[in-house]
Amino acid sequence: MTEPEHEHSHEHEHERSAVNPLELRVRALQTVLAEKGYIDPAALDVLIDTYQTKIGPRNGAQVVARAWCDAGFRRRLFEDATAAIASMGFSGRQGEHLVAVENTEDQHNMVVCTLCSCYPWPVLGLPPTWYKSAAYRARAVKDPRGVLEEFGLRLPAATRIRVWDSTAEVRYLVVPRRPAGSQHLDERELAALVTRDSMIGTGLPLEPGSAPAPGVAP
Amino acid sequence: MNYQSNADLGGQDGCGAVHRERADELFHAPWEPRVLAITLAMGASGLWNIDMSRAARETLPAYRDLSYYELWLAGLEKLLLQSGAVHADEIAQGRRLHAAVPIPRVLHAEEVAAVLARGSPTVRPPRGPARFALGSWVRTCCAAPPHHTRLPAYAHGKRGVIERIHGAHVFADTNARGLGEQPQWLYTVAFDGKELWGAAAPPQRLAVSVDAWEPYLEPASPAEGL
Repeated sequence: MTEPEHEHSHEHEHERSAVNPLELRVRALQTVLAEKGYIDPAALDVLIDTYQTKIGPRNGAQVVARAWCDAGFRRRLFEDATAAIASMGFSGRQGEHLVAVENTEDQHNMVVCTLCSCYPWPVLGLPPTWYKSAAYRARAVKDPRGVLEEFGLRLPAATRIRVWDSTAEVRYLVVPRRPAGSQHLDERELAALVTRDSMIGTGLPLEPGSAPAPGVAP
Repeated sequence: MNYQSNADLGGQDGCGAVHRERADELFHAPWEPRVLAITLAMGASGLWNIDMSRAARETLPAYRDLSYYELWLAGLEKLLLQSGAVHADEIAQGRRLHAAVPIPRVLHAEEVAAVLARGSPTVRPPRGPARFALGSWVRTCCAAPPHHTRLPAYAHGKRGVIERIHGAHVFADTNARGLGEQPQWLYTVAFDGKELWGAAAPPQRLAVSVDAWEPYLEPASPAEGL
């Protein structure tokens, strides 16, 4: 099939102007690095796929659900979270040294990285945009109660808020309290109640019987 | 020597409300996951370490104006130029114009899963006993040194309690400057909200901790300052 020349060049022009300059800059950089033999382009695809489809907060939800159901695991989790979580097959980059912190009636835990965006990747995946934002990083350590209210979470005035600023290579996973009325649920059903935000400390688990979380609940 | 980190945001006012978005919205454009992947692949090359990478990003003059992955991209370009692996004309033209430098490792597709699962643990054999015990009172140092460091400004010169001892870890302050790992004991130090903010923060039952390497800390007495 032949196209009139002018139409073709117009199309090309349109395509070029529609491309984000950052897209071009990244493609240019990738080309240089591949031409110089520093990167294997196929490795980039595996990395992208890993963090888009394999490593995410459903991992952490399984850990929390097991801690709710299995007293032995729960004890190991609070003694040595890295080992306990590795026993479930989750380990590695940005989660080399894990600590699990437990919400109680008196204390609510919340995690932040004020200096960059440190986050427990093996159990929660990549951090959400708000976690990396200036607003969250600035305010989580100074007015966590105000931040939690913006997340729709009002804690009793007597509850102590304990904020963990991840300033080194230790990564924190919040273990929220098991929701009331969940005694009849098995581990898999419990995991579906565990939201990502409840493991950062900016939310609570879903109530049993509430709408199921599609894929990744906030 | 001047060192300006633009990333130390804890406690800063005027940052506005936290905007949430759909939980699964990790990326906002196709180039973002690509920058993430290139950064991870080059991070595995051994040309620099994670502390150098954080230092490169936090000292970008445009830090506060760039989006998250724009920061990653600018930080990556900076590290590539600093290490001599890539030249500015190559970045501008998007093609190889100079000989490649030898690099310790190339991350291949079939190794990715194992490399990610292994990670880069930072715990090391300690060079001596820990100076502080659980429950001891400490005071953090008062000022930022003229180089990459991981004690946030809001926790400068504050009195807190050793709550956890994590073993000896690679010391970010030296590792970022190419001075070696120089492992130091790492502690979780917890501060009362009033100690950090006084009357400047809304009153609430609050404790905040940082993870601090031993050189950041001096002994303090519980009664001091009360």
